[in-house]
Amino acid sequence: MLKFIVRRALGAIPVLFGLSIILFAFLRLLPGDPAIAILGQHATPELIARIHQSLGLDRPLYIQYIDYINGLLHGDFGYSIINGRSVLADFALRFPGTIELTVGALIFAVGLGLPLGRLAARHPNGWLDGLVTVVSLFGISIPIFVLGYLLVFIFAVQLHWLPATGQIDPRLGLEPQTNFVLIDAILAGRWDAFVDGLRHLVLPAIALGTIPLAIVTRITRASVIDVSNEDYVRTARAKGLTERRVNSRHIMRNAWLPVTTVIGLQVGGLLGGAVITETVFSWNGVGSWVVDAIQNHDYFVVQSSILIFALIFLLVNLIVDIGYAFLNPRIRYG
Amino acid sequence: MAVGTTTLAPVTARVSRGLWGDAFRRLLRNGPAILGLACIAIFVFGAIFAPLLSPYDPTVGNLVNRMQPPSLAHPFGTDLLGRDEFGRVLYGARISLRVGVVAVFFGLVLGVLIGALAGGAGGRLDAVLMRAVDVLLAVPGILLAIGIVAWLGRGELQIMLAVGVSYTPIFARLLRGSLLALRESDFVIAARSMGASPARILLRHMLPNALTPLIVQATLALATAIIDVAGLGFLGLGPGDPRIAEWGEMLTDSARFLQSAPYLIFFPGAAIVISAIGFNLLGDGLRESLDPRLKR
Repeated sequence: MLKFIVRRALGAIPVLFGLSIILFAFLRLLPGDPAIAILGQHATPELIARIHQSLGLDRPLYIQYIDYINGLLHGDFGYSIINGRSVLADFALRFPGTIELTVGALIFAVGLGLPLGRLAARHPNGWLDGLVTVVSLFGISIPIFVLGYLLVFIFAVQLHWLPATGQIDPRLGLEPQTNFVLIDAILAGRWDAFVDGLRHLVLPAIALGTIPLAIVTRITRASVIDVSNEDYVRTARAKGLTERRVNSRHIMRNAWLPVTTVIGLQVGGLLGGAVITETVFSWNGVGSWVVDAIQNHDYFVVQSSILIFALIFLLVNLIVDIGYAFLNPRIRYG
Repeated sequence: MAVGTTTLAPVTARVSRGLWGDAFRRLLRNGPAILGLACIAIFVFGAIFAPLLSPYDPTVGNLVNRMQPPSLAHPFGTDLLGRDEFGRVLYGARISLRVGVVAVFFGLVLGVLIGALAGGAGGRLDAVLMRAVDVLLAVPGILLAIGIVAWLGRGELQIMLAVGVSYTPIFARLLRGSLLALRESDFVIAARSMGASPARILLRHMLPNALTPLIVQATLALATAIIDVAGLGFLGLGPGDPRIAEWGEMLTDSARFLQSAPYLIFFPGAAIVISAIGFNLLGDGLRESLDPRLKR
């Protein structure tokens, strides 16, 4: 098992290395001089040269790359060219918001997708199955921003049930400690803030979680139908086990495997989707930060945040692979 | 004497018309796929005949008529600048379909090149190309597209490139996988033993047999491409000309008026959803008709 983990972890290194080269090349070789982006209309040749010097852009490319990698290995992801703040510090400040949003979306997707998929698989091609199929078709066909505005329109503008934007009512005056709103509320013993944070989370989590919901539902349905047709399930029924026991011990235990893989694969999509969800709901996370950086031409922030996103994505995939190997011995020894 | 007259048994088995003929017949009997085709047809029709269907210029507004709710003269209402929303949704279909189709085609060509080289050649080239694909796969697709547009600048061509590149690894992986499975199949071994060159085996024997999953994937990718193109527009990375009607940008422009003019969000939003549903239904239908074993 340890050998498997080490082998998979080492496999991520060339990917990160390649990505760092591509990001570096993009930043340095393509049109759009960061110095001009910083100076805007005030750019003069002298000022541009001075900025180049201060950012080290006047040195040979390979030295710049070595410097960049050296910085990365020491945890230095560069500084924003707009406000001079450390990219890593800003990322750490905003990442909790994105984690809360993504976990909320994942809970919505898995919590609803698994039972829906099992329900649809109970009578394949029945009316319930048809309904679930139509709903999941809508789920993968509706863009996050359209669904987001639709939810805001119905539940915030028309019904006034839930707040439209933000993470918490600022009037509650909750002091940030961990920057996880819900955890901060628990730490401060503020039940009212916790409920308010949850109410703010509902709509963004649904908007972000709908595509994974559709996919988890489809895979669960297909997987349960697949396993239900296996001989050992028939045997289990034939020897007189209760339907409940067949379901939990024989069908679900085997149907889980493809479902776990697909749930793991959703994380990349969730991180990408968070960029759009956070923009719709003015959510203070990494996604809206990246969008701001792009609009301000803050290249270092864009470059480093994409690298950090990839790092997280690879890490999650690694955890999923390990979990999968843990569940399925055939992978471990294969 | 009636000797020698042989009566043929009535033909019960349907005559096969080849892979594509059979697949086409199955597709025509697939209700959801036909519904999908109809959704797509509506938008292609609307995009082509936009100037005939809408009497208004989608780029020119009439400030006197701004923010009008849907009416007979303006079935989808008018926007902040008094432009006809119906016409703008129709002209927006042109951009979404054009950019989506070109982007997927571009991603498909690039993906097939990489996948065919990797799966056909194998060995070290395969290893290098697949690591490159892993690098692209490590970045969530929409984020990759955002990054590329941010660097290349706004514009239709840039969006096509960005979305296309973000789909390339999917096609490359898919084709490589099919090719690897085909390499040991009997007909490939037969061709090899008859002395066919590696290029001929790849182009004439393996590629045609690996095409069907690519076609299905490309159709499904069209649905996500339309959503991604609108997503880029929504984030302010659209074609770059504020006069041009683009579904994603239309949504961003109207988001402030969710309370007073929800129809400005509803119609472009519905247009995106219906066209995405169309390509998703057609893709699923194609999958089932090209590989009937999948149908449950």
